[in-house]
Amino acid sequence: MKRGEVCSEEIISSVFDQIKKANPNTNAYVTLLKEQAKESAKRIDDRRSKGENLGALAGLPVAIKDNICTRGVRTTCGSKILSNFVPPYDATVVRRLKEADAVIIGKTNMDEFAMGSSNETSFFGLVKNPFDSQRIPGGSSGGSAAAVALHMATMALGSDTGGSVRQPASLCGVVGMKPTYGRVSRFGLVAFASSLDQIGPITKDVKDCALLSSLICSHDPKDSTSLPEAESNFTESLEGDVKYIKVGIADEYFGQGLDEEVKEAVMKGITLLEKLGMKVEKISLPHTDKAIATYYVLATAEASSNLARYDGVKYGFRPEEELDLSQMYKKTRSEGFGAEVKRRIILGTYVLSAGYYEAYYAKAQKVRTIIREDFSKAFEKVDVIITPTSPTTAFRIGEKIDDPLTMYLSDIYTTSANLAGIPAISVPCGKDSKGLPIGLQIMGKPLSEDLIFKVAYALEQNL
Amino acid sequence: MAITLKDVEYVAELANLELSQKEKFKFQKELDNIIKYIDQLNELNTENVPVTSHVIPLENVFREDRALPSLSQDQALANAPQKKDGFFKVPKVIG
Repeated sequence: MKRGEVCSEEIISSVFDQIKKANPNTNAYVTLLKEQAKESAKRIDDRRSKGENLGALAGLPVAIKDNICTRGVRTTCGSKILSNFVPPYDATVVRRLKEADAVIIGKTNMDEFAMGSSNETSFFGLVKNPFDSQRIPGGSSGGSAAAVALHMATMALGSDTGGSVRQPASLCGVVGMKPTYGRVSRFGLVAFASSLDQIGPITKDVKDCALLSSLICSHDPKDSTSLPEAESNFTESLEGDVKYIKVGIADEYFGQGLDEEVKEAVMKGITLLEKLGMKVEKISLPHTDKAIATYYVLATAEASSNLARYDGVKYGFRPEEELDLSQMYKKTRSEGFGAEVKRRIILGTYVLSAGYYEAYYAKAQKVRTIIREDFSKAFEKVDVIITPTSPTTAFRIGEKIDDPLTMYLSDIYTTSANLAGIPAISVPCGKDSKGLPIGLQIMGKPLSEDLIFKVAYALEQNL
Repeated sequence: MAITLKDVEYVAELANLELSQKEKFKFQKELDNIIKYIDQLNELNTENVPVTSHVIPLENVFREDRALPSLSQDQALANAPQKKDGFFKVPKVIG
């Protein structure tokens, strides 16, 4: 673009051509911003021709998951209850992307309130896998992952509470990263489970992922859990010596339930890193099998509290009929929320209710400590831990939707990073015999994003 | 611990959700299944384990109490399903 060979307007218009072709079959977008995007692209081209300095993402088409607030643009969270909500402000991450001169082209589809692993729970219809339209793209950021995989955006933002960036990235053959808890501002992210939620990038390759991460990882006074760490440029440390890096592998992540082809591809990736000079060592994360149970207590408890705000008063859906106050609350919520959201609100309310708080919520908070300690101990020995991202490749639409527990177990390898607050990335590492993408997960110590990017980059460049 | 239909009704009431008979039966079965799965946490002895209240320990930071620009009344009301005279409108609260 700097050389004047191609302008932002052309890039944006070619992306919308691609969206016109690919979106009807995938349903990756809830809202498209064609006119606004063209105008921003034109403004950026004008500034470029005047020789002005432009931001790092100047003129690039970026998609935003529809639970991240965009000023003046409907933000639905994939739910009927927010189907008419137009935020009066930008989320901090959106503001930062605009400051970097990115062009926001649309809002991507997602599981309702980010609750799901298959993108089948959206009020706006399910999203299909880019590689096989009979299959799910993963969730909950399935729209963002499908959009990037099908070139309907150069890069996208998602959110990850239990794997919602990494699992769809894995199932759609793209790169997705969940940063250290607190590294990216949650201001303007519609809250699901506040102690686990983190916004993360979904991109075509590791370099783009590092670039987008560098832009969104920064302290924000508007988020009280935001870490004070200075900003980093992760693209600077991608190359260079990797021989000093110690990789841990844990049997707990390669056991029962793991598809043979996924296992083979991940092991091949690890062998490759070993050939590049990294040292591979066995470690143990003995409480891995308790992660899903812990996660579903904490995430639903926090969700039941966070979603209490949807009462039909300040924003969102409210039934037309004249009702008394209590009926108004109940009708608003019963008609506004879908089945999975109701299921989780009920479970979360149950584990917090009188008589059960100690047995479930407090217990899970303690097990969370034990799981964190597993990681602290492992990271005394190794620098990064490598696992599969998902136990299987993309499953069929409808395969798990009637069995919530089986669906929850799709996140078996991803929830631990949220519970421990550590950064984790999913990178493509091959395909199975059906041609479906396989993802490899790299987890690191808190604030070690630079290192997991470096390992991910080494893998990607040598695969 | 088993979840009964009564539990589902009680919790739905707490959460301000109105469930159909069909939903109640469905949730009862599903939640019972999930809670039985969650009960495996009891296999772990957590007697002397502290709870995780914050995953990355942070020091409390106080900021200066300073007024900053905020939403205007119109902006704050823009998404309200019902409003009147610059207020959110709700059904009568006190009879």
